[in-house]
Order: sequence, then structure tokens, then C-alpha cells
Amino acid sequence: MSTQIEQQETETEADEETEPEVESPGDRRRAQRDERQAQEQAQREVEEETLDDEDTITLKVFRYDPEVEGKQEPRFDDFRVPFHKGMTILDALIYARDHYDSSLTFRHSCRQAVCGSDALFVNGRQRLGCKTQISELDDPIRIEPLPHQEVVKDLVVDMEHFYDQMEAVEPYFDADETPDDKLEEQRQTRENREKVKMSTRCIWCGACMSSCNIAAGDNEYLGPAAINKAYRFAMDEREGENRKQERLRIIEQEHGVWRCQTQFSCTEVCPKDIPLTEHIQELKREAVKNNLKFW
Amino acid sequence: MSQSYNRGTVEDFGRWREFTAGMWAWIFHKFTGWVLVGYLFTHIAVLSTAVGVDPASAQAGSDLYTSTISGLESLLIVRFLEVGLLAVAVFHILNGIRLLMVDLGVGLESQDKSFYASLLLTGAIVVASVPTFLGGKLA
Ligand code: HEM
Ligand code: SF4
Ligand code: FES
Repeated sequence: MSTQIEQQETETEADEETEPEVESPGDRRRAQRDERQAQEQAQREVEEETLDDEDTITLKVFRYDPEVEGKQEPRFDDFRVPFHKGMTILDALIYARDHYDSSLTFRHSCRQAVCGSDALFVNGRQRLGCKTQISELDDPIRIEPLPHQEVVKDLVVDMEHFYDQMEAVEPYFDADETPDDKLEEQRQTRENREKVKMSTRCIWCGACMSSCNIAAGDNEYLGPAAINKAYRFAMDEREGENRKQERLRIIEQEHGVWRCQTQFSCTEVCPKDIPLTEHIQELKREAVKNNLKFW
Repeated sequence: MSQSYNRGTVEDFGRWREFTAGMWAWIFHKFTGWVLVGYLFTHIAVLSTAVGVDPASAQAGSDLYTSTISGLESLLIVRFLEVGLLAVAVFHILNGIRLLMVDLGVGLESQDKSFYASLLLTGAIVVASVPTFLGGKLA
């Protein structure tokens, strides 16, 4: 198993400056690098040897980096990682990066399904790395970047378009009227809070957008997460009727709710269990009710 | 930044391992819908060219319409295609009802179960129809 990429020399160059001048500094660095790589490789082999077959899992990780020669052609690297009870996909990736290949690149931060950084395509389905138990998956585990987004490097995808769609629905509370007294709270009824509760849980991970067949074919489609965001505010009674009409205009535009074909893919993959299809359908009915007047 | 690697539609599709019930329902619904449209046009084309206006031969049972129909029914492949047509139509109708429920927001949590129910019911109806379609003598 040789998954190590020829590393570009950037760090630890000025460490030892005691060698004779006959060698050029470049030669010396290259020699040092080769030596270090051989060491790392040997260490990795030893580590992998000593792993008991029983308690290891194999990760097949998508690798690609347009800026590194030898990684421009996408490929899969195998990593054997010791398994422990409760281990998540993210734990395994962190192990592989810290022990085998420091160039393995993926986003993560909170490790507790809050920040939304690590939505990945694991064994053919969008999952949140830190919320996915390895014990639930078949070995070997195939880890890829989210489909339908450009890959920047390894498991990192470009989220720009997703964020644009989120911004397009004006995702902020914006009431028609605010209390005269600036310090007064804008209270919401319990019922109304219950209604929007699930929709407020979105962590902007992008899993739903990536799973959606329609969003893949129509770049202008707002997508499940953005529509859910729109739902969260359109259904908030504190905003008032004018604001709701403005919000409905965004929602019911050509590439808004009407693109949804109720495939339920987004609802299946959402790590926060938001009933996305249900919210989209409710907004469709809301839009119809808003425009159909029989009197 | 250098250009990034675009994985392309075909490659994406090949990597998909898990379709869920709702996605299968969508695929089948599109497929059956278009098969039905195809059948509708074939149906119109065949029958509209098979209506003769000859009362005498109609009386004798040897007019163009009767001979076209019995000619088709004498082919085994046509009998099987009829079973297939029924399957496609029944699934489309049952899943169509499921989709109407989904549009009305009724029972969204059990949309997967209603899809499986549509499949099972389609299967049962199709099996029950086999004697009728394949039973008669291939004249
Ligand atoms: C009782 C009978 C039927 C019911 C209940 C029904 C129901 C439906 C529903 C609800 C949809 C929308 C699916 C969606 O939301 O994406 C649909 C789509 C479709 N139906 Fe039917 N349908 C029936 C008969 C037919 C027939 C007879 C044909 C063909 C002649 C047909 C052709 C289609 C096609 C082609 C589509 C897909 C349209 C698209 O590409 O979006 N349907 N059907
Ligand atoms: S709706 Fe769910 S899947 Fe979509 S971005 Fe929000 S948390 Fe992620
Ligand atoms: S690391 Fe924050 S959501 Fe997984």
C-alpha cells in the first residue's frame, strides 16, 4: 500500500545547516526529504503490520488535488485504521490523516453535528462524517466528496453555490413592524414555535442539495435547504403579512418550490431529520392558496 | 486557483449506491407515464387505420377492424405486452394516488410504505390478470 504522495517541500527546511558546502542546499533538502519519507513509510508499514485484522477497518478515500502533480488524476487510496467502539467516519479520517498521510484533506470542526462542515458521500449516500457510526457500515468504507459540487481537493467541495442559494431566500428575521420600545422582546406563540421548530435546525451542511436529482440538473433551483430556510421565516407569524407576501414571491418563482418532484432524497439524508419534503409541499400549497381566489 | 476536476454526470450516477423508496417511485412513475403516452399513440394509430366502412363485411365478421384485433390477439407477444401494459398502468395509477396524497400533505412519513404497497398491489393485480390475458386460445 503506497498512498503517500511526493510531498512538496515547504516546511522544516532550515532545520540543519551543518553539512559541507559541496552539496547544493537543494540536494540536501531532497536527501532529507527522501530520508524522512522512507522513515514515514517504514513507520506506517510497521503500524499497519501490528494492527490486528479483527479490529481494523479499511477506508477507500477519494483523492484529488489539481495543484499537486501525481494527484491530478482522481483516485482512491486505502487506509487501514484501528476500530474502536463508537468510532465515527470523521474519527477514522482524522486517524488516517494524523498517522498515515497529513495531506489528506477534509473539513471538520465541531465533531458533534453542529457546524455542518463534514457532509460526505459515504458508501453511496450523503452522510455527516461525525454523526455516522462505522459499525453501521459495510467494510470497506468508500468516502467521497459530496456529488454535484466541484471538488477543490480530496474531500473538500466548493460550497459557494449552495451558500448563494441560501442567501437568495433572505434567511434572516425581518418583521414588518418592530416594537416601539427597542428593548421589548418579539414574542412568538408556542404553537408557532412548534411549527417552525424543525426547520430551524439546519446546519448548512449541503447534504440535501447534493442528494437532489433536480438540483443537480437545474443550477437555479433553490434546493431543499434554501426552501426550508424560506419556510422557517415565511411561517413565522411575527414577520407580518407584507413580508410573507415578499417571501412567497421568492418561493413560488420558476426555480422555486415547483421544481421539487417529491423524490424524498433530501429528507432521507438530512442529518438533522428536518422533514424537508413536507416543508416544500406545504409551501407549494401555500403558494396555490395565495394565488387561487375564487371570489 | 487552478481549475478543479469536474466529475461529470455519468460518473456521478455510477457512484450512487443507495436509492431510497421515494427516488425509485419517481423513476418508475416517469417511466410508466411515458410508456403510457407511447401506448396511447400506438393505440390511436392502429385503431384509426383499422376502421373500415363496409356494413356487409362487418355483418360477416370479416371486416378490417375485427381481423386487425383478432390478428393481434393471435400473437403470443401481444398477449404478454398486454400484461405489461396493465402492470405499467396499474402502478402509474396507484403511485399517482400516492403522489396526490403527497401533494396534499397526507401521510408524508409513510410515503415509503405507500410506495411498497403500490408495488405489491400492482404485482397482485397483474398476477390475477394473467389467466384473462394469456388464457384465450391463440387463434
Ligand atoms: C388514473 C390514472 C392516472 C393517475 C392517477 C396519474 C397520476 C399522475 C400524477 C400525480 C403525476 C405527477 C407526478 C409528479 O408529481 O411528478 C403523473 C405524471 C405523469 N403521467 Fe399520469 N396519471 C394517470 C394516468 C396517466 C396516463 C393514462 C398517461 C399517459 C397517457 C399518463 C402519463 C403521465 C406522464 C408522462 C407523467 C410524467 C410527467 C412528467 O414528466 O412530469 N398518466 N401522473
Ligand atoms: S436541510 Fe438538513 S441536509 Fe440540508 S443543509 Fe440543512 S442540515 Fe444539511
Ligand atoms: S464536524 Fe461539525 S458537523 Fe461534523
